[in-house]
Amino acid sequence: MWQKLAYFDRRIIFIFIFVAVLIPFLTTWDIPLGYTTPSTQSLYDTIEGLPPRTPIMLVFDYGPASMPELDPMAVALSRHIFSRDLRLVGVTLVVTGTQMCENAVAPVAAQMGKEDGTDWVNLGYKPGDIVLIDRMGQSIADAYPTDAQGRSTRQLPVMEGIRNYDDIGLIIDLASGTAPGSWIVFAHDPYKVKLAAGITAVMATDYYPFLQTGQLIGMLNGLKGAAEYEELINHRALGTLGMASQSVAHLLIILFVILGNIGYFAITRRR
Amino acid sequence: MRLQVPIAIGFLAGMFMIVQYFVPHPAFKTAYDALEEWVMIIGAFALVLGLQSLFQTHIDKIRRRREGYSYSFVTLISFAVMFLVGMIYGHRPGTLFDWLFDHVEVPLDATIFSLLAFFIASAAYRTFRARTPEATVLLVTAVIVMLGRVPIGELIHAKLPDLAEWIMVFPTVGAKRGILFGAALGGIATALRILLGIERSHLGGGR
Repeated sequence: MWQKLAYFDRRIIFIFIFVAVLIPFLTTWDIPLGYTTPSTQSLYDTIEGLPPRTPIMLVFDYGPASMPELDPMAVALSRHIFSRDLRLVGVTLVVTGTQMCENAVAPVAAQMGKEDGTDWVNLGYKPGDIVLIDRMGQSIADAYPTDAQGRSTRQLPVMEGIRNYDDIGLIIDLASGTAPGSWIVFAHDPYKVKLAAGITAVMATDYYPFLQTGQLIGMLNGLKGAAEYEELINHRALGTLGMASQSVAHLLIILFVILGNIGYFAITRRR
Repeated sequence: MRLQVPIAIGFLAGMFMIVQYFVPHPAFKTAYDALEEWVMIIGAFALVLGLQSLFQTHIDKIRRRREGYSYSFVTLISFAVMFLVGMIYGHRPGTLFDWLFDHVEVPLDATIFSLLAFFIASAAYRTFRARTPEATVLLVTAVIVMLGRVPIGELIHAKLPDLAEWIMVFPTVGAKRGILFGAALGGIATALRILLGIERSHLGGGR
């Protein structure tokens, strides 16, 4: 019996996790979110403090694999940016980011009556990575002569008065990998532009040191970060919905770990 | 000459990039801008090399009928379809390319990544065993962070999120910073070895 408890078939775990993730989505189970991480609050406060029409650069450094965690952040941030009458400039260092930006921002902009080209723009993907980041520090229009739709960047009303990072109020990098490190080194440090990040929970530990040094003014950490942000802007959506599933899945994993340890200790004591 | 010329180019370009950082003269700025342009152009050529490698690998697999070669057909056909659709219809919102991305690429990519949740749960169950005092510390810390990072943790104990955040902000940052310093020093040492021609493995030949 102890052997079974310590080493049971992993397919049983898979079934339990599947059910644990699925059921909260099918019910209206609502777990209250009371605690707000200081780094989430700090990002919210920074956006709240920006004057109207300030441009915010929202960077979509992720692909479909990280959508469940990062899309809720993108949607919540877009909603906040538009509600504060700020301008949104979408860019990406990864090929799939262009569509990520379009899919996240366009519906929110349409809902809030914001016009593509006037209130927001998707500049899209350009190869170059860190060189592209550096080039935008000198001239965004030179780095991006056209947007993702092929319109001249210099002619777009949303880009009026935006030369380089000096005219950007805040850069927020939504990333599933190491891109925020590049933005810290090649945008924040040389050009002193304010920088924040929204990252998958698995990458969060990598960026806590940069919060402490002030190189990142705020950070959204995984789906919980997105849910906290939704709570702050008073618009509960996918992030909050995912919290019930994540809570149950975490509890279940802990339960499995406890059972595994009970079985393991029972076996070793017998030996 | 085959080795000396690339090493000399690497040394000069590398030294220039270091020096220009400290010299705000317009001549340096112009040269720096030109080099940046070159990097972007050379970077675009890397795509051609990547494609060549993709075709070589999969065509070879099909020719030799290696295990799973049918997947190579899928890869090559998928590439051809996306390439042709992108070239003919463009990639703007509402195009066929956009539709294929949203209805094929997105669900496939998301599905593969979501499998990770199941494997993490299984791996946690199998490996998180309190075999030693160090493993016990890791186990307890993981449980606190896992509970503190979800709203249900707050319902179990009001201080759990604060404790999880304390773990992330202090012990984790301390350890992470040590790793970062180590990696940065290693990066500087490797860069110097490449610039001075001591490290030559990137030039081929494994020396």
